[in-house]
Amino acid sequence: MLKALKWKFLLYGAITAFCILLLVPTVTSELPQWWSKVLPAEKIHLGLDLQGGMYLLLGVQGDKAVESYMEQIKNNLRDDLKERGIPVGKLESDKTGQIVLEFSGAKEKVDNLLAQRFTMLRELSSSGGEGGIWKYQLVLDSKEIAEIEKRAIEQALEIIRNRIDQFGVSEPEITLQGTDQILVQLPGIKDPQRAINLIGQTALLEFKLLDEEGNVDEALKGNIPPGDIILYQRSVDPQTGAVRRVPYLLKEKTMMTGEFIKDARVALDSQFHEPYVAIEFTDVGAKLFEQITAANVKKRLAIILDNNVISAPVIQERIGGGRAQITGRFDTKEASDLAIALRSGALPAPVKILEQRTVGPSLGQDSIHKGIISTLISAALVVLFMIVYYKASGVIADVALVLNIIMTLAVLALFRATLTLPGIAGLVLSVGMAVDANILIHERIKEELRFGKTVRAAIDQGYHRAFSAIIDSNLTTLISGIILYQFGTGPVKGFAVTLSIGILANIFTAVYITRVIFDYVTLRPGVKTLSI
Amino acid sequence: MELIPHDTRFDFIGKKKITLWISTAAILISFASIFLHGGLRYGVDFSGGLVAEIKFSKPVDVSEVRSGADAIGLKDAIVQRFGGENEFLIRVEKATEDLEAMSKSLQTSLQGRFKDNPVEIRRVEVVGPKVGKDLKTKAMWAVGLAFLGILIYVAFRFHEISYGLGGIVALFHDVVVTFGAISIFNIEFSLNVLAVILTIIGFSINDTIVIFDRVRENVKKMRKDDLVTIFNVSINETLGRTILTTGTVMMVVLILFFFAGEVIHDFTIALIVGLITGTYSTVYIASPVVLFWEQHVSRGRKGRR
Repeated sequence: MLKALKWKFLLYGAITAFCILLLVPTVTSELPQWWSKVLPAEKIHLGLDLQGGMYLLLGVQGDKAVESYMEQIKNNLRDDLKERGIPVGKLESDKTGQIVLEFSGAKEKVDNLLAQRFTMLRELSSSGGEGGIWKYQLVLDSKEIAEIEKRAIEQALEIIRNRIDQFGVSEPEITLQGTDQILVQLPGIKDPQRAINLIGQTALLEFKLLDEEGNVDEALKGNIPPGDIILYQRSVDPQTGAVRRVPYLLKEKTMMTGEFIKDARVALDSQFHEPYVAIEFTDVGAKLFEQITAANVKKRLAIILDNNVISAPVIQERIGGGRAQITGRFDTKEASDLAIALRSGALPAPVKILEQRTVGPSLGQDSIHKGIISTLISAALVVLFMIVYYKASGVIADVALVLNIIMTLAVLALFRATLTLPGIAGLVLSVGMAVDANILIHERIKEELRFGKTVRAAIDQGYHRAFSAIIDSNLTTLISGIILYQFGTGPVKGFAVTLSIGILANIFTAVYITRVIFDYVTLRPGVKTLSI
Repeated sequence: MELIPHDTRFDFIGKKKITLWISTAAILISFASIFLHGGLRYGVDFSGGLVAEIKFSKPVDVSEVRSGADAIGLKDAIVQRFGGENEFLIRVEKATEDLEAMSKSLQTSLQGRFKDNPVEIRRVEVVGPKVGKDLKTKAMWAVGLAFLGILIYVAFRFHEISYGLGGIVALFHDVVVTFGAISIFNIEFSLNVLAVILTIIGFSINDTIVIFDRVRENVKKMRKDDLVTIFNVSINETLGRTILTTGTVMMVVLILFFFAGEVIHDFTIALIVGLITGTYSTVYIASPVVLFWEQHVSRGRKGRR
């Protein structure tokens, strides 16, 4: 009996020690060098609602990626048909993503072209023939569409990760949710708005030529010359803060995009010390830029970001060095963010903010502070109460409760689970049940003592009888916890996790650990009374 | 120490006629309140929309904040004082496209409007409409399935479906009354409050099972007595434990209520209500259901335990 007891003590002691070790990283941040080689060194992750930070759920609009892909194909098709000298009557895409092509003459040539270079298009219908005029309806292969959407999301994930990396946040979490959502969690972030702007920006940089002949005012009235579009420049008057929108009449064709940018850096203008973004093109981009500038000297080239004109400088001469400047009334932060966005590349499809929660650092601190104080006060009261009510046995119950909490937190740290406010609710419940379990056992022991049983027998019976109630109630709650974990999301999951772990710890501490202590205490023969 | 004498013989079940009225009244009041308020006041977690907790450095009048919110584009915003001095809560309950733009520029817009009064955004939540609905549906499914799990397990372990039913009906009662309290105190039903509901469910079923376990034991011991007596005896025997456990947990929650800050207030109020009904429902909902079932529905079954 004594030997078995010793073994149990050792085993439970070892488990307890292990759990305490698991919690050390949470309590101190100075761990000796050898620590992480031998033991897990994970702090308990606090949820954003507890420590402050930003939670951002983004929806990637994959269909827009498909749309722009279609645009590209349409343009390529137009160029190819022109190259082959096929007269094209109409080539446009409609809202449902179909391309309508009307051409005359060489049906074979067109079929060949489509089969060779446009395998992603499927022929929906073809009609015509009279007078040599054919009309085709083409759509994107559905597998192709799925591919594009999938790639768009993967790319977006990469790019956003890249941007956040450069932004410099400690311990960001960026994950894919479902099929088309990206979850970004930035703990402790001080400037959430800047982060949102940086992350959510599509950052599509385009270069377009101004239509020097056309009349802007005429166009504003509604007579836009064919092949032109109007885009606006947003200018803020530094004194009054008034925002003006300056219209520009531009040729629609995009001469070049930001995909050819190799690097982008913030620099200070030597004259006025105003920040600007210096970009460097790739070799291909440099050549392209040289061609464009050579062909359009003295004309104005508009630099456009996400359909907003940033500036429209005059091309003074052919630019062969593959470098350019983007100026435009930035402050340092704006310039820096633009550089980050350009470096990481444009998002393949726009992202929409589905959900955003930000807890400012002061509130986070507040919550933690108040939370810790109230937890300590209530813990102290419960501990005190147990001792007052159950005397020495109350101490045993207290040991169980403390171990329960330590073990639950240790397991949370081990599995890198995150503790949120609902998680704390789950913890409160499991501790409440732990208190209950201990009370059940103690009351039962008291009852048996009242019936006149000996101390040893009373403890035996007490545990025996209380067991079924404890097991049933804990298992029921555990089952609910598991179901909630399986089918719930976010906070419900957090609640379920701490609850389930707490219950398992509870069964262990309330039943086994306290038993061992009781046994040890009453081991000496002739123990007649129990302080309970 | 003995808070509760161990040989009480209070006739709990006998009071069930009165308590039935009390319970019915509580449930009716709950439904009425919810109905009159036009449903629960869903937090943005479920309904979508925007919630912002802001703190000014200098005193501002509520109406100024209200007109300010309107001016920067938060139409139909509800503004109220919240927490400490110069702290306000702004809520917009419609989820529209503009909100997305708003979440990007709230700080600058606000600061621009209140030029010489530095404003700190302590907390902001913006939820799109689809996300909110999703959350609601998933939460309901999860809870519904959890209920089913509880029903099956309890019925299985206590050998009679009536016990399972008793537990579930008690849970329903507790959830409805807690919702009623949430409605009456005009508490915003957020995800955190959902966590409270889950906690209450756990607590209530725990309490119910402890009593049922004692009944199960006594049924074997007291073969001559009828079920009503057995229930009464069981409840009396576990009275000490019930009061102690509920008392201890209640004490913890009260401390949270007074010391853990305003953010947790809604949380703790709902928890307090739930604790009370959780304990009450075991005696006056779960037990009568079992008794009713055994007496009237499960007639003529010999050898039931």
